[in-house]
Amino acid sequence: MSNRVVGQGVRKKDAMALVSGQGVYTEDIAPGGCLCVKLLRSPHAHAVVRSIDVSRAKEAPGVACVLTWEDAPKTRFTQAGQTYPEFSPYDRLILDRHLRCVGDPVAIVAAETERQALAAIDRIRVEYDVLPAVLDAREALDNETLIHPEADWRALVPECGADNRRNLVAHGCDQDGDVEAELACCDVVIDREYETHANQQCMMETFRAFCMPDAYGRLTVVSSTQIPFHVRRIVATALEISKSRVRVVKPRIGGGFGAKQTAVCEVYPALVTMKTGRAAMLVFTREEAMTVSSPRHAMRMRVRLGATRDGTIRAIDMHTLSNTGAYGEHGPTTVGLSGHKSIPLYTHSLRAFRFSWDVVYTNTMSAGAYRGYGATQGIFAVESAVNELAHALGMDPAALREANAVREGEVMPAYYGETAGSCALSRCIARAKEMIGWAEKYPRRTLPNGHVRAVGIALSMQGSGISGVDTASAAIRLADEGTYNLSIGATDMGTGCDTILAQIAAEALECPLSAISVHGVDTDVSPYDTGSYASSTTYVTGMAVVRACEALRAQIVRAGAKLLGCAQEDASFDGEAVACEASGRRVSLCSIAEAQMTAGMDAIAAVASGGSPTSPPPFMAGCAEIDLDPLTGQVKVVDFAGAVDCGTVVNPNLARVQTEGGILQGIGMALCEMPVMDERGRTMSNSLLQYRIPTRQDAPRIRVAFEPSYEKSGPYGAKSIGECVINTPCAAIADAVYNACGVRVRDLPITPEKVLLGAKGEP
Amino acid sequence: MASFSEYVFPETIEEAYALNQKRSSVIVAGNMWLRMCGLRKKTAIDLSRLGLDGITEEGDAFTLGAMATLRDLETHPALAREYGGAFGEALSPIVGTQFRRTATVGGSVYSRFGFSDVSALLLALDARVLLHARGETPLRDYQREPWDRDVVLGVRIPKGRRAAARSVRLCSTDLPLLVCAASLGPDGLRLALGARPGRAMIVAEGLPADADEAAFAAIARDVPLGGNRRASEDYRRRVAPVLMARAAAAVRGEERA
Amino acid sequence: MTVELTLNGRPVRAQVEADDSLYTLLRALGVRSVKCGCETSSCGLCTVHLDGQPVLSCSVPAPRCAGRAVTTLEGLQSEARLLGECLADEGAEQCGFCASGLIMNALALARENPSATDEEIDAYLAGNLCRCSGYVGQRRAIRRYLSRIASGEGRA
Repeated sequence: MSNRVVGQGVRKKDAMALVSGQGVYTEDIAPGGCLCVKLLRSPHAHAVVRSIDVSRAKEAPGVACVLTWEDAPKTRFTQAGQTYPEFSPYDRLILDRHLRCVGDPVAIVAAETERQALAAIDRIRVEYDVLPAVLDAREALDNETLIHPEADWRALVPECGADNRRNLVAHGCDQDGDVEAELACCDVVIDREYETHANQQCMMETFRAFCMPDAYGRLTVVSSTQIPFHVRRIVATALEISKSRVRVVKPRIGGGFGAKQTAVCEVYPALVTMKTGRAAMLVFTREEAMTVSSPRHAMRMRVRLGATRDGTIRAIDMHTLSNTGAYGEHGPTTVGLSGHKSIPLYTHSLRAFRFSWDVVYTNTMSAGAYRGYGATQGIFAVESAVNELAHALGMDPAALREANAVREGEVMPAYYGETAGSCALSRCIARAKEMIGWAEKYPRRTLPNGHVRAVGIALSMQGSGISGVDTASAAIRLADEGTYNLSIGATDMGTGCDTILAQIAAEALECPLSAISVHGVDTDVSPYDTGSYASSTTYVTGMAVVRACEALRAQIVRAGAKLLGCAQEDASFDGEAVACEASGRRVSLCSIAEAQMTAGMDAIAAVASGGSPTSPPPFMAGCAEIDLDPLTGQVKVVDFAGAVDCGTVVNPNLARVQTEGGILQGIGMALCEMPVMDERGRTMSNSLLQYRIPTRQDAPRIRVAFEPSYEKSGPYGAKSIGECVINTPCAAIADAVYNACGVRVRDLPITPEKVLLGAKGEP
Repeated sequence: MASFSEYVFPETIEEAYALNQKRSSVIVAGNMWLRMCGLRKKTAIDLSRLGLDGITEEGDAFTLGAMATLRDLETHPALAREYGGAFGEALSPIVGTQFRRTATVGGSVYSRFGFSDVSALLLALDARVLLHARGETPLRDYQREPWDRDVVLGVRIPKGRRAAARSVRLCSTDLPLLVCAASLGPDGLRLALGARPGRAMIVAEGLPADADEAAFAAIARDVPLGGNRRASEDYRRRVAPVLMARAAAAVRGEERA
Repeated sequence: MTVELTLNGRPVRAQVEADDSLYTLLRALGVRSVKCGCETSSCGLCTVHLDGQPVLSCSVPAPRCAGRAVTTLEGLQSEARLLGECLADEGAEQCGFCASGLIMNALALARENPSATDEEIDAYLAGNLCRCSGYVGQRRAIRRYLSRIASGEGRA
């Protein structure tokens, strides 16, 4: 069966609005007279506010309110956007007397203009009792300095193993088989430690939201968020009001990449609106977005990887120490992916695995969700270890993978026992190798100018939504002229999910894409969706759309049959009309749509939900070719080939751009994105000048190929793509560097200095 | 953010100079880095209406007006011809074309930022700074001085030299981890290093055109270098002779960028 | 202080503070295409044309714009249409937040160097950051745009 609309590289429905510069983003649609909200932030990594004098600030011109910890509600909450049960501990207040990282908010100021708000901030006088700070994750566990000593600290899911008296947010172990016994039998065991840092998502639009009271005494929050329904809960919890009193609207978003899966900014203007009754907006500066936001969890991963001499991988033992920072947002959950989305790649021959973890509090910026969500870190570690194993065995790293990579139909014990129901990873490896020219280029060649060209490979997997957790609803109704209104709660953040879900609906309803109108998210109107994260939109929300469309088709047939005066069983719908098989008479969809708007007919509308007991992984193989200047250590990626199995490709253009963008973010993480903190806990990589993301001159030739499998549980066979594609560059580039010069970098990023001054050979 | 409450367009250089004698004044050139420094001043002095934006060729020198932009230098045909494309090559890694279209020579020279690609190249050319009160001053001296209240009118660079710059950067358009600019003229080879990370300085002069790697290694041993968050002293010392050799090769016409 | 300038072909008179930037002025005047992505002149989102030349509006002092012509994407809708379509056809606009600045600079590139190579495109537009696309889709779109204007399309 060939699809009509699914599989077409159509333009995004909002594309022309975006490229013509229309004012469709949060700040563009803020009401006039909105108060400007600014935060006074802690200069100390760990301190308690001894005294705070806001009297002069309150008297400053244009100031509407100045709020301190004394004015803020006293109920702890988490800013993590996760559905029930919430894994992240309730460890925050909007304003707390106890400050746990540089940048923690000390006071909120709202004034008529930005200038006035900033001037008022300058007039606040604070005295701090500075406390010893824990900045190194390795020193956090059982440190005598407690970051969350408060009695009302609360972990909602005790199974996480959280213990605030130990600076511990999560602890656990998952295993299958006897890993020590298997390692003991292996001819070669690689035992290494790898480290990744708190990379910033750097979406071009920083965090921002405005809030306003509505005519019913409720609070409307308009936010650049990936999680409107969670924002409703978070804001209501933080403000100690009923969730029914909060409405959240998501306009167009200028990028998210997971950053906006945490409600980083919403509670502050919300509190101002509650206190003043006025509209209030907070726009994070880039500096705030780089220093008090929701970056990737820095992780330190020890991997022990055992194989027999012939290159059969038998056992993987992995421990991850994850730094959640000052608050626990996404701490208990990200860590799981570091093992659960790396180890299963080698299911084929693996006899045993053990994956254990600790997640600790430190006095650093709170981490959050960044595309890949722990898998990126874990895959860098495991894939690097596999490359190191290949070199130890004298094997081609690509061949080692061909022999050991998971195959379709295999049960993956390290992936919650799920079966790889759709998996084209072997084809992906072959395709990526062919694209890069692996056979000719591995391991290296030297150019006439002395530069060395070398290649490296890595594999990746992710999930498609969170199994048994994520849920999405879609509502669709028939409208005038036989067109449809599709309502979804999934949040398009530039990725194009509004368009992709409309394509799925158009396929299911056999209509042109233009007949489907999509509504952005408004929690008062849209059906519930956990949000756009965990690679869930196409798969989970897509299934909801398919189901809603199926239900709608049944209603259309029923209505058509009624109009035709025939039995429902005799009627069928072909996208344009309902036909009675017996009589051959037809009634057009347009007539049915009009009829439902006249007395006596039922409205034609359907709501359905999606959600899955499994989370079918997309897979990818990535090959990097680098150019290394051996005299300066400078590395440039010149070519990157990615072969992706995301199941059916719903929109090849958008899938390709997702992949290209993900690969370049991975390249940035590998080579130039360097979070830097000073000895006092201040983030020095506090701007796009100091934290370097790749420019287009750093973007190599990036080539993408799709090797689709067919995922039976997904909409038209689709799986996810958004996150899987960021995971391969780090390990692939690290190995290409090793192949070029013999230096192994296990601590990202791979700077010219590490390459030039690094020790050659295996340790 | 820099803040000021008054924005003035002086009509003469004398007026600009007089205004700038007050501690509460600051000159606004390109306003690229100034806006980031958090300065609070009463008066901003704008030099953009004083005709200081020209690039003129007279006799054996070029005069680059203080308000000439980096993009002007980069795209100037006579400069490109005279210095073998050195300005284009040395300045094009700076941020982006829009940035370079408003960033000025005077702003770069006055600020004396350690990371300045501009300063390194101008030093290699042994440029002279044209100051309103003090007159013409060698850039090499000016580079070592504290910020003062004189007004930079422009920079004079001698003709008859080939120049080139080589740098290492974490990624394109980033600030350099180290930059070496070289020029070759009748008096031999001159080398300047920038992003040491301190202010750029001349590190060798009068070297024979065919100075070899041993010579560069010897220079690099003694150059004052340091470490910062971007690179260690050790790294800079390893890379310095490499960049010197490459810049030298380039001015000899042996190596393209 | 009062500043008089031409905005998208129309004379405008506005009150500005001494330390306002052109970006602040434009947003105050209701120009919505212009975005701000940094405070360090690093991202290119705020690119507009000043006397026909692309500049970073966040770094241009508003008072310096007196008597000059400022053009934003609002003022170049017909010229920008074809480039916008090329981006949309690749899906390369993605979140779109960087699109206005990119388009303003790319139109200047097309005027200056209509036969630009990929390398020249990348060099000219290096100051326009994008986090979504990985740039390669934008590169394809701009290449196609240049070839389409070379064949006479998109001329007003």
